[in-house]
Amino acid sequence: MMDSGSKNDANIKAKALAEVLKRYAGTKGALIPLLQEAQEIYGYLPREVMREIAMELKIPFSRVYGVATFYTQFHLKPRGRNIIRICQGTACHVRGGARLLEAISTALGIGKNETTADGRFTLETVACLGSCGLAPVMMINEETYGRLTPEKVPAILEKY
Amino acid sequence: MQDLKEWRETLQRHRRVDRPVITVGMSTCGQAAGGDRVIAALEEVRARLGLQVDIRQTSCIGMCYAEPIVEITLPGKPRVFYGDVTPERVPGLIEKHLVQGEPVSEWALIQVPGEAAPYEGIPVITQSTYYGRQVRVVTSRLGLTDPESLEEYVATGGYEALEKVLGQMTPEQVIEEIKISGLRGRGGAGFPTGMKWSFTRQAPGDKKYVVCNADEGDPGAFMDRSVLEGDPFSVIEGMTIAAYAIGADEGYIYCRAEYPLAIKRLKMAIAAAEEKGLLGRNILGTSFNFDLHIKAGAGAFVCGEETALLASIEGKRGMPRVRPPFPAQQGLWGKPTNINNVETYANVPFIIKNDGQWFASMGTEKSKGTKVFCLTGKVKKTGLIEVPMGITLREIIFDIAGGIQDDRQFKAVQIGGPSGGCLPEDRLDLPVDYDSLNRAGAIMGSGGMVVMDENTCMVDVARFFLDFTQTESCGKCTPCREGTKRMLEILTRICEGKGKMEDLDTLETLARVVKNTALCGLGQTCPNPILSTLQYFRHEYEAHIKDKRCPAHSCQALLIFTIDAEKCTGCGACTRACPAGAISGEKKQPHQIDPALCIKCGSCMEKCKYGAISRL
Repeated sequence: MMDSGSKNDANIKAKALAEVLKRYAGTKGALIPLLQEAQEIYGYLPREVMREIAMELKIPFSRVYGVATFYTQFHLKPRGRNIIRICQGTACHVRGGARLLEAISTALGIGKNETTADGRFTLETVACLGSCGLAPVMMINEETYGRLTPEKVPAILEKY
Repeated sequence: MQDLKEWRETLQRHRRVDRPVITVGMSTCGQAAGGDRVIAALEEVRARLGLQVDIRQTSCIGMCYAEPIVEITLPGKPRVFYGDVTPERVPGLIEKHLVQGEPVSEWALIQVPGEAAPYEGIPVITQSTYYGRQVRVVTSRLGLTDPESLEEYVATGGYEALEKVLGQMTPEQVIEEIKISGLRGRGGAGFPTGMKWSFTRQAPGDKKYVVCNADEGDPGAFMDRSVLEGDPFSVIEGMTIAAYAIGADEGYIYCRAEYPLAIKRLKMAIAAAEEKGLLGRNILGTSFNFDLHIKAGAGAFVCGEETALLASIEGKRGMPRVRPPFPAQQGLWGKPTNINNVETYANVPFIIKNDGQWFASMGTEKSKGTKVFCLTGKVKKTGLIEVPMGITLREIIFDIAGGIQDDRQFKAVQIGGPSGGCLPEDRLDLPVDYDSLNRAGAIMGSGGMVVMDENTCMVDVARFFLDFTQTESCGKCTPCREGTKRMLEILTRICEGKGKMEDLDTLETLARVVKNTALCGLGQTCPNPILSTLQYFRHEYEAHIKDKRCPAHSCQALLIFTIDAEKCTGCGACTRACPAGAISGEKKQPHQIDPALCIKCGSCMEKCKYGAISRL
């Protein structure tokens, strides 16, 4: 059961990737949007996927790898189901962003750029989320949370 | 073109409010403050009472400190804005304002009367402390219109400028008008926009591009996000005018991926403009064509630098290259390219509509018009403001933002992000314009303004920025790659109490070398936070080195926690809270902290009910 399920899943993803590749065929400067959409599908950038993109664009694998490792948005390892991004911007720094990071790190028992054993959360930091008026802030997936204190953290994590 | 005029007139006629409207600020900050829960509460009350009322969404009006913000407007009455609206407050608010028709003045922030007679007891926007000194041009629609509606944009004067440009002006006249306005680039460096446009216009080549830099990466800055989320059409109209002026038929908006809502609204706006013939082929029935695309950044601060940004659009690593050739000659895919930032383009329709003289009448001799700033950090009222150039820092921080939180002592204001500097109290009367800020060791930058109080350590702030630029350095040129690393090492050492006095000289020399020799703007400006803090706050550096003390009690390694034996009741709460087992003592007797074991986390201080623990 499990096996055919995961095989099915892999097929769906491969099909989605093929569609994306088709959509960008012949577009100038397609590498970054391609990587973005591939990561959307797989949650990260598996090596085989990067190879396939290189083949499709007829560029060396090294260039794909170079771009994928240059930008912080791209991930070469699998990540958790929910991505926590804690803002480390100036306003958040001045208003206790470091304490927030510490509180979440302790609560989840993982450090920066690590994933919980159950794959529920990945903890990341980000340079600035641009919600400085509500500092300190964090984002979980697409949701932004502001005016945080370490005390507010457990209730928020609970929701995911 | 005639169609557009008629459409606008129809839209304006239908804009009159004939039933009550409730509007909730739902930009990223409004959402983060819980705006969606407020909407849910509003909808629940509306259904329960069976009220005939529209519930709408708008963008950020700029009072971040008071989010979530809700506007209630009755037909023919002023628009009233309420702050700090919680779901619990919603029923009372609706009952009083909507059902009884009496606004709740103690919860109201401001009112916008329009043609109606103002309510009593609520500040009118133009006379309020927060908005009284502001001049809203680029931000004039923010929080007051539906950013996703092309109809509202057109009804409030949108696309009048493009109509004027395509109907009556040559490209040269457009550039001339921008030159007269004195508009300078709002992304940081302040290069005259009209001149940039004419370079790109004059550059030989059939294919040209216009690019909008929306890669707002400065920590502490969200002007561009607010404008893109709040008035995306103004940026699109500005870019369309620029394309006409320089002779381009294609453009890109490069927006950072951390702004999903801005990207979503831009996509909607582009689709709507295309549908109405305001983008694409034969715009407004003329022979002018302009296609606009969005590129989402992938997380690299250096892509805010124009040549790195172009490399990124081309699908490469975002690394800067040597200029010249400037993008105006050789930009995207080697073609002449005009790059401006969001706020610069957003100013263009207003300049064209009103004319260059009108814009030039605001501001100072060399810095014209207004500038949008993000006021954050330890001020009472954080938010987004737009002020005429030349206003003083003191007016911004103390009059508009209401001074320092908890009435603490002002220490410094950081302007211009990682490329900017920290200015102390005696620079507060400085007029805010490009040149004055440069002379003082800061820069206008994109407009981030982070206020710091006595609890902020200036050495730590310098370390914070260097940590940022060191991480973001692309590694192409040696001064920046190596220099940022070495400077960060020295700053970290000083924060840990391991610095030596000669470190300060090394730091200063290194900072000057990097400033003079780095390849791009990131490297050339990254020493500014160090140089400005060394200039104005040298005593703090010296205290860290000579006395091994952090005057702001912020650098953890230099803190000492002690228990006041007089106040300690021996309750043992601190002993239980201490994760390091550093606190000992008999029950009901004063306790002690062993400095050798203490990890300086401060947990004991938070737990002590008697205020017996202090941080030195």
